[in-house]
Amino acid sequence: MTLRDFIDKLLRRQPASATTAKERLQLVLAHDRSDLNPELLEQMRKEILEVVSRYVEIDFSEGDVSLETEDRVTALVANLPIRRAKVNPGQPTSSDEAESPKAEAAQEPEEPALSEAEKEPVVG
Amino acid sequence: MTSTGCRFILICSGKGGVGKTTLTANLGIALARQGMRTAVLDADFGLRNLDLLLGLENRIVYTAQDVLSESCRLEQALVKHKQEPKLALMPAGNPRMLEWLKPEDMQKIAAMLGECHDIVLIDCPAGIEDGFKNAAAAAQEAIVITTPEVSAVRDADRVIGLLNTRGIKPIQMVLNRVRPKMMANQEMLAVDDVTDILALPLLGLVLEDEQVIVSTNRGEPLTLNGSNSPAATAYGNIARRICGEEIPLIDPSKVRQGLRAKLSRLMQTKIF
Repeated sequence: MTLRDFIDKLLRRQPASATTAKERLQLVLAHDRSDLNPELLEQMRKEILEVVSRYVEIDFSEGDVSLETEDRVTALVANLPIRRAKVNPGQPTSSDEAESPKAEAAQEPEEPALSEAEKEPVVG
Repeated sequence: MTSTGCRFILICSGKGGVGKTTLTANLGIALARQGMRTAVLDADFGLRNLDLLLGLENRIVYTAQDVLSESCRLEQALVKHKQEPKLALMPAGNPRMLEWLKPEDMQKIAAMLGECHDIVLIDCPAGIEDGFKNAAAAAQEAIVITTPEVSAVRDADRVIGLLNTRGIKPIQMVLNRVRPKMMANQEMLAVDDVTDILALPLLGLVLEDEQVIVSTNRGEPLTLNGSNSPAATAYGNIARRICGEEIPLIDPSKVRQGLRAKLSRLMQTKIF
C-alpha cells in the first residue's frame, strides 16, 4: 500500500486507478492462467468445503477458496477456519484433534485433479 | 533453426496497436546502425505495415510469397533501406497466403534470411491464432511489447504463456507509451506492477512521444535521423541492450522535476 492509497482510505475516497487496475489484472490473470472460469471455481469451492466439512466444522462465513498468482505460478489457496473437529466424522478417518485454526491447500494448475483439498489439521 | 549464429527475435504483443511494428522498424534501423546485418521480416500477412513505417512501400517488387513459390531469389525480394544499407526488409505476401501458409514456410524464409544476416526481427501479427503460430515457429527468442493498460497486459500474459510452452527464450519485455505524470499520480500501472505481473525482465521503457506519429507520417523511423526525442533514445538503448551493452533503464519518476513531482513521489512511498 502506498501513502496515497492510505490517505485515500482515510478520506474514504476511491483508490487510485492504478491500484484498482493491478488488483483487477491479478484476479483476471489468475483465472486466465488456470483456465478456470468463476463458475467452475465456485463449484470447486463448494465441493472442497463439502469434503472438508465431513471431517471438521468449518466457519462457512469466513471460508475462502481463491486463486492467487505470483511469478507466473498460480496457486489454489483455501483458507478455511475450523470451529472444531467433528466427533463422528461422516467418513472413515476419525479425529480427536480439537482446535486448529486454518487449513491451507495450495496446488499448481498444471495438475489435472484440482478438486482435492489437503486437510492438515485432521490427524487420522 | 540451422544457421551461422544468426539471432531470430520475435516481436509480439497479443493485442494490436501497442507498437510492435514501430518497435521493429526502429530497432531494425538502430541495429543496422551498430553494424549488424539486420533483416526485418513482416510476418503480418493480413495487415502488413512494416514497409510503410520504414518508408519502403514503393520499392517492393517481390514478396515472401514469391520467395516461397521460388518465382524469385531471396535477394530479389529483399528491399534494402537506402540510408541504412545494412537493413533489409522481407515484405509480407498477399493476405490470401494465409490460407496455405504453414509454420514450416516461415521457418524456411527465416533460415534463408539467417544465412546472410546477423539478426532477424520478426514482426508478429496481433492475436494468438495461426498468424502468431507461424511467426513464432521461426523465432528463437522474443520481445513482448506492452503498454501499462489492463487489456494490453492481459493479452501480453496470454502470449507469454504460449511462448513458454513453445520453449522460446529468453523472453524480454518492452513497456511502451509510458506517461510519467500519470504514473506519478498513480493513475497508470507502475513499471514494477507490470514487471511483477508478467514476471519478465525489462528490456526497455519507451515514453509516450508525439514524435513517433510524426516519424510514421514520414516513413522515417526515429532512430534514422539521430533524433534525441525520448522515444528515439529509448529505441536506441534497446538496440544496444540487444547487442549486450549494459545501459541503465530510465526511471519515469525522475523525468519530471519540481515540487509537484516531489510530492507525487512522496505519495508513491510504499508504507506497508
